[in-house]
Amino acid sequence: MADKNGPDGTGETGRGNQHEPDIRDDDLERRRRDLEASLATRRPGRLEGKDDAKAGSVAGYGQALKLSSEFIAGVVVGAGIGWVIDRLAGTSPWGLIVFLLLGFGAGVLNVMRSAGVVAEFGQGDKSRRGQDDKK
Amino acid sequence: MAADKVDPIHQFHINKLIPIDIGGYDLSFTNSALFMVATVIVAAGFLFLTTSSRSLVPGRLQSVSEMAYEFVGNMLRDAAGTQGMKFFPLVFSLFMFVLVANLLGLFPYFFTVTSHIIVTFGLAVLVIATVVVYGFMKHGLGFLKLFVPHGVPVFLLPLVVLIEVISFVSRPVSLSVRLFANMLAGHITLKVFSGFVVSLSALGAVGVAGSILPLAMAVALTALELLVAFLQAYVFAVLTCMYLNDALHPGH
Repeated sequence: MADKNGPDGTGETGRGNQHEPDIRDDDLERRRRDLEASLATRRPGRLEGKDDAKAGSVAGYGQALKLSSEFIAGVVVGAGIGWVIDRLAGTSPWGLIVFLLLGFGAGVLNVMRSAGVVAEFGQGDKSRRGQDDKK
Repeated sequence: MAADKVDPIHQFHINKLIPIDIGGYDLSFTNSALFMVATVIVAAGFLFLTTSSRSLVPGRLQSVSEMAYEFVGNMLRDAAGTQGMKFFPLVFSLFMFVLVANLLGLFPYFFTVTSHIIVTFGLAVLVIATVVVYGFMKHGLGFLKLFVPHGVPVFLLPLVVLIEVISFVSRPVSLSVRLFANMLAGHITLKVFSGFVVSLSALGAVGVAGSILPLAMAVALTALELLVAFLQAYVFAVLTCMYLNDALHPGH
């Protein structure tokens, strides 16, 4: 990497010959720090911009698809588990009924979780947090 | 191709290019497989060629590769912490595969790999399998704490755990359905509007004038599809990061 710096460095000194070399270096350093600072302020802003874009019509459609797929997935998986249990245990139709309802619950949970209304997986009361120190 | 111009589903047909039959299983090389290979070649070739010069001040193409790297790296670090960076190869490969497959699918006459649910489901199962295997490897049975929310009364616990398990199992389903449905719906809409142009312009001068509307719609939809192609790859990668976070810190 250092020797890669060479050609670029020569490019810099070519322009730098017109100025004092140390001032040039200081100037460069200062500008680099400025750039980093402005990049740091811009980064979270860019993420927020993404969220703002979500409020638009296109992203609203994306949000709708996301939430509906979460809900449908919960119901479908619940029904699937119930159906498999029925097939294996011969308890038709009780497995399907029970797990369809549970799947409905899971679907609602998925939607609320993805909308940020409920805590994420495994999260809950912060009181228990002290117990899982090993993570 | 004249007959299928108005059939919006025709673009998703899988054709066998090289029939292969091993032990009663149909392992033919299809057009879907061809475009998967093309996706991998395009993604790998792009990254390899653009980064081969490795100049300190990147050129235009090299900075695209570096932006992709930074983008996925930041995403993973935000969602799963520095520990999550060991999964960077997985997340980056998934992101590039989905993104390139989506973008390739936008070319006319190209096959969209991600518009088939079995492909996206395969990718999602890969993610969830990684989460489950790594979670049990790292935390043993402690991984199961993921399904036990804190502060729930004991008599409600069986019900809540069952719902949490279903919710967990539904993750690969919703992950794959979302990507597949977005691609499928977008391509069908695009095809339908383009079909309008063709059938309207067959009606004569009035039809040609009227076909400007669906044509403008098709152009707008193409732009939208470009956005969706990127957005869905992004969503897929972000959710992968979040699920990996669960494997790294269950009960966090």
